[in-house]
Amino acid sequence: MSQKVLLNTKEVNIILHRLACQLIEKHNDFSNTVLIGLQPRGVYLANRISKILKNVYNVKDVKQGQLDITFYRDDFRRGDKPLKANTTEVNFLVENQNIVFIDDVLYTGRSIRAALTAIQSFGRPNEIELLTLIDRRFSRHLPIQPNYRGRQVDAINKEKVIVHWQENEGEDAVYLIEK
Amino acid sequence: MSELSVNHLLGIKYLNQKDIELIFETADHFKEVINRPIKKVPSLRDITIANLFFENSTRTKLSFELAEKRLSADVINFSSGQSSVKKGETLIDTVNNILSMKVDMVVMRHPNPGAGIFLSKHVKASIVNAGDGAHEHPTQALLDSYSIREKLGDVAGKKVVIVGDILHSRVALSNIFALQLQGAEVMVCGPKTLLPKYISELGVKVETNLRKALNWCDVANMLRVQNERMDISYFPSTREYTQQFGVNKALLNSLNKEITIMHPGPINRGVEITSDVADSNQSIILNQVENGVAIRMAVIYLLASKIKQ
Repeated sequence: MSQKVLLNTKEVNIILHRLACQLIEKHNDFSNTVLIGLQPRGVYLANRISKILKNVYNVKDVKQGQLDITFYRDDFRRGDKPLKANTTEVNFLVENQNIVFIDDVLYTGRSIRAALTAIQSFGRPNEIELLTLIDRRFSRHLPIQPNYRGRQVDAINKEKVIVHWQENEGEDAVYLIEK
Repeated sequence: MSELSVNHLLGIKYLNQKDIELIFETADHFKEVINRPIKKVPSLRDITIANLFFENSTRTKLSFELAEKRLSADVINFSSGQSSVKKGETLIDTVNNILSMKVDMVVMRHPNPGAGIFLSKHVKASIVNAGDGAHEHPTQALLDSYSIREKLGDVAGKKVVIVGDILHSRVALSNIFALQLQGAEVMVCGPKTLLPKYISELGVKVETNLRKALNWCDVANMLRVQNERMDISYFPSTREYTQQFGVNKALLNSLNKEITIMHPGPINRGVEITSDVADSNQSIILNQVENGVAIRMAVIYLLASKIKQ
């Protein structure tokens, strides 16, 4: 199994700060904005972005939640493995809010499609945007594109993009792995 | 592990501890779902479920139906009262006819013990036992344990007494299996005539004095006296039963600790439990009903995920 570094710790850090700045440019003081990390891996990225917004750029009130899409997926009973759910925490009304979905890798777009359905259970948002650290080009199954992207990557189907986080894997890095 | 070890839920006897943990974890997620503004997920939109009730039921039937609908399954209901069963059709024929209409799962309540097990051997569908005679009522036991876990943090190490008509109760048997599987200590308490002769073989304590039983336990699960299953008189009068085995506020207040009161419903107020106990803070009876929907969603979801396309 070959492994290639796509982004090292320093590069990840620069990108996270850039993404945070881009969010501020659009959402100002975040009074009407909520960040939603998509379970399981998007939550790490959402936590990081929210931390940078608070600690580095002094955004006071960043509303953050996490959304699990297991029960909304379109591959229930189609894969070999059973789907395991994760916790959802959306402890605020999303009615008329500007939502930013946050996920680590955008691949086929199917998770985002499920998330778009899932979030409707909590009300009717004003708008929904998408932020991803890695955008895999040419691999979309649905017409879904990110509004904020960290890095665009060309990866063929037998390759996999893995994001490591300091709090989970001990380092911030992105790898391209051949399956 | 994220898959049940069984393809049907016929009784707690056929589950292992990991299965129960998985059902509870999944139910946690569904409990969050049913507290959202829109309480529905689309997971089971290609699954059809038949609810076959050959015996009366209010709570269980509504709870199953709600659970199925909140998972977006298609639901058909059947009650034996208005059906061809009365014309002499056999159980297998009835169910196979229903399955020809492309039904994937059957939720069944039946007056005969073992009806679900029998059916699971003869038809191609996932079977969920919603109560078979005086045998088992697995989803009730699961929601009871889940409610204890919610109230007391854990089931392991807790002392639970089941009070009342143990002899005719499917809830009692399923609860004994479920609680023991999770490491709780179980006692049964009731008039000798309503305690099965060899019940202690199941590893439960047996007590005929209610005060002693309540002083021992952390949780008391009060059962209803099932008059409809009694062919003979098991105790002299309802009044005498209430005096010896009914729980009232004065009795609870005189105990050396505060215990949790449960009841699977329907309650006979003033017989096994007085209104001031049923409606008190110590009672988690309505939590049990709410948890029932989440538990049934979890069971149906997990069984449905094992149905091959």
